[in-house]
Amino acid sequence: MTETTTATRPNKTYHDELAIIRAELDKCMKCGNCMAVCPVYGVERKEAAVTRSKVAVAQAVLDGDLELDDPEVYEMAFNCLVCKSCMINCPTKVNFDRIMLALRAALVRKNGLPWLKKMIFSTLRHPKLFDAGMRLGATMQSLVFRSEKESRAISPRSPFALAGGAIGFDAERKLPGLNSTPLREQVPEVVRVTNPVASVAFFTGDSLNYFYPEAGRDLIEVLTANNIEVHIPKGQNCCGVPVLVHGDIDTVRTLARNNIDIFEATGCDYLITGCGSCGGAWQHDYSELLANDPVYGPKAEKWAKQTYDISTFLTRIIRLRAPQGRIDKVVTYHDSCHLKKSMGVAVEPREILRLIPGVTFREMSAPDTCCGSGGSYVLTHFQTASTIGRKKAEDIDRTGAETVSVGCPACMMQLLDNVHRFGAYQEVTHFISLLAESYRREKN
Amino acid sequence: MLDKEIMEKLAALVGQDNILTGKMDRLTYSYDATADLPRQMPDVVVLPTDSNMVQAIVRFARKHRIPIYPRGAGTNLSGGTVPIKQGIVLSFQKMNRILDVDPANLTAVVQPGVVIGALNAAVAPHGLIYPPDPGTVATATMGGSAAENSGGLRGLKYGVTKNYIMGMEVVLANGDKVRFGGKTVKNVTAYDFATLFIGSEGTLGIITELTAKLIPAPRFRRTMTGAFSTLADAGNAVAGIIAAQVIPATLEIMDRMTIQTVENFAHIGLPTEAEALLLIEVDGMSADLVQAETEAVIQVVRDNHGDLCTAETDQERDQLWTARRNALPALASLNNTVILEDATVPRSRITDMLVACEQIGKKYNLALGTFGHAGDGNLHPTILCDKHNKDEMARMHQAVDEIFQVALEFGGTLSGEHGIGMAKMRYLGNELGESGLNLIRTIKESLDPDYLLNPGKMVPAHEV
Repeated sequence: MTETTTATRPNKTYHDELAIIRAELDKCMKCGNCMAVCPVYGVERKEAAVTRSKVAVAQAVLDGDLELDDPEVYEMAFNCLVCKSCMINCPTKVNFDRIMLALRAALVRKNGLPWLKKMIFSTLRHPKLFDAGMRLGATMQSLVFRSEKESRAISPRSPFALAGGAIGFDAERKLPGLNSTPLREQVPEVVRVTNPVASVAFFTGDSLNYFYPEAGRDLIEVLTANNIEVHIPKGQNCCGVPVLVHGDIDTVRTLARNNIDIFEATGCDYLITGCGSCGGAWQHDYSELLANDPVYGPKAEKWAKQTYDISTFLTRIIRLRAPQGRIDKVVTYHDSCHLKKSMGVAVEPREILRLIPGVTFREMSAPDTCCGSGGSYVLTHFQTASTIGRKKAEDIDRTGAETVSVGCPACMMQLLDNVHRFGAYQEVTHFISLLAESYRREKN
Repeated sequence: MLDKEIMEKLAALVGQDNILTGKMDRLTYSYDATADLPRQMPDVVVLPTDSNMVQAIVRFARKHRIPIYPRGAGTNLSGGTVPIKQGIVLSFQKMNRILDVDPANLTAVVQPGVVIGALNAAVAPHGLIYPPDPGTVATATMGGSAAENSGGLRGLKYGVTKNYIMGMEVVLANGDKVRFGGKTVKNVTAYDFATLFIGSEGTLGIITELTAKLIPAPRFRRTMTGAFSTLADAGNAVAGIIAAQVIPATLEIMDRMTIQTVENFAHIGLPTEAEALLLIEVDGMSADLVQAETEAVIQVVRDNHGDLCTAETDQERDQLWTARRNALPALASLNNTVILEDATVPRSRITDMLVACEQIGKKYNLALGTFGHAGDGNLHPTILCDKHNKDEMARMHQAVDEIFQVALEFGGTLSGEHGIGMAKMRYLGNELGESGLNLIRTIKESLDPDYLLNPGKMVPAHEV
């Protein structure tokens, strides 16, 4: 239903009208296979937590048996990480993410956004305001958070920890510190190399821009080490997934159109991401969201085909130069949901890690189970997210690895917190940073 | 609908954390995995945390004459867990602890909400398995599969659930808690109560604990397929393998329609020109024995003009299994409603049954594919239809009636592994006769005179 061409562009998408999702709902046999893999069900042990029930509730809403403004329906719709684990396990290939997003969009159309979300999301529409807010946050965070001596992680100071305990902002909470100079301010808009073999545009996303700029710099460094010219357009904004999953379709469409314009202007052949959510947005969400847009629809489809995760670009599009610098570490790898289940990237980061001299790679028993982050899910459903995160931390522990590598900054935040709470304080790092470090050590 | 006062008392009895009363929550317990059945919301869902709580709920329900519907994961395929007369759904999702794994006695003791796959994961480090292997092994619960007496892919050699339950704790409709059986291999004390409650589909008592029999995991196995150009050749090969005194762990069949649909769905290189495909796996504790059985199977397949393919590595084995695992989803992807039956015949009549299913599909102009456990005669004629097409749904019902009629004519049975539930109640008299129905009712009424346990399922109540 998403395979649309310019000739048959629909008037509306499932983001605009819940009824469009009915054919998808029909595919669900209620077999319950989703129960085996749903992380939320694994913790809560009740039907409403699991995918087939969410399908049934969407059906009931369409049939008029349940009301969209029923608070139970609202709570159920947001009690999902949209990790897509159920979709991998679904015998009839129900595209559950579409059902979930359609339902949430319908809820927002009916009930409006809660005031807090409205306030936060509206700043995203105004990148300058958002950017100023993030910088102000970076300056002010020391009032609320204390810094860790050994790492860049921060934790809530005691008066705030007392108040924030219920949503996980207790004294134990570890967060990456906001950077006072975001990535896009630290680097030029085009990073040139002497003999470029290709030029790519780097979509940084917010997390790499504000929380993990060093990982963003590592990504650029790895590309230039492979003779790739990198464009990092300053006008890019949030990918929109954080608002998409909350049903704020207007905002995500605005963000998507702006991003498309900005990246069209670079003239690059490839768009590179270092975050599964951002990459998934470019590969799937934009073309689905803009399916009824005669101007941006075709552009979104074009960019969907040109978007690659950094690992895929390095291993499939170019053949990366084998790194020579030794890193003597035992490393494991966490498959981020959006990276593996949206973008289909799982083999490539492992290939890269195995190329690094000195790295001993050890697999977790279940590397592709969700870490419990789910973007803001960890804020709204801290207890469930924390129980899911604990299982992940224990799995990481059992490998004996001292470093857990990841390809998605949102997972890095969740893992950082959970390896401190339940694990052995493992180092949490983007796999690209390990590769960059190996390249750097060649020179020494 | 239960009145407010009763609901409040029930909530006080089980605690707010263990009760669901909202409309949305109740809706999510209004169905199971069976297609084309009426749905019904329960008045309330309770999730007990131990057997004392189950006992308290049963006593409460009896006092107020409220129906109780025990439920595991709700993956059953006969409508066994739909709360058709409302009342209480008693969900075992929270009673999911493995209480004991005892390698010395080859037993495990579990709560009913333990998922079968979780039990297998827990006993694997001891080199043991719990053999019943339904398709939903990663989801279905021990209590649910015992109540439904479920089967699976290893049924031919290893049997079904009833062969692996050695003891139980059951809460009866009068609120009594009884325990019987246990870790002794031999136990002939009194009636064989385990057999009574296994397959009782929640109509006689509520299972609150199970003692399961484990066996050593087979150390060697070989997997192969045979592609046949006629159904008769495939059927004769099944009979030939058994006649050669080989009991494979798995002996599965797919008809032409299933092969073609799976191939279109999964693109795994199946022989789409074949009329039937057999998937055969032999296993055992010694390499020599497994090799001898493999050779015997290969000979039989060749004697029956089959095209043989043998898996040499685990990866190749997985590829062959992928075909079988894809059978249902591939068929299901053809339309919005999947009617999956489990008509079962003596294995000597497999060919007859396959041909009959094919003809019934043609007669009623339906998309009907058959796959299943050829070795134990348990077939899954699967009909794909459009629930919005009344005419097609009517033809589907006629076809299902005829499938069961033919199965019984061949000396078969209504269910090989899915149970009777709501879906097949109306055929029960055809197999058991009036005297059989009376026996069922006699037992039901002596244990549950008020028909409060899973009413509307399996046991056709006397007209009042």
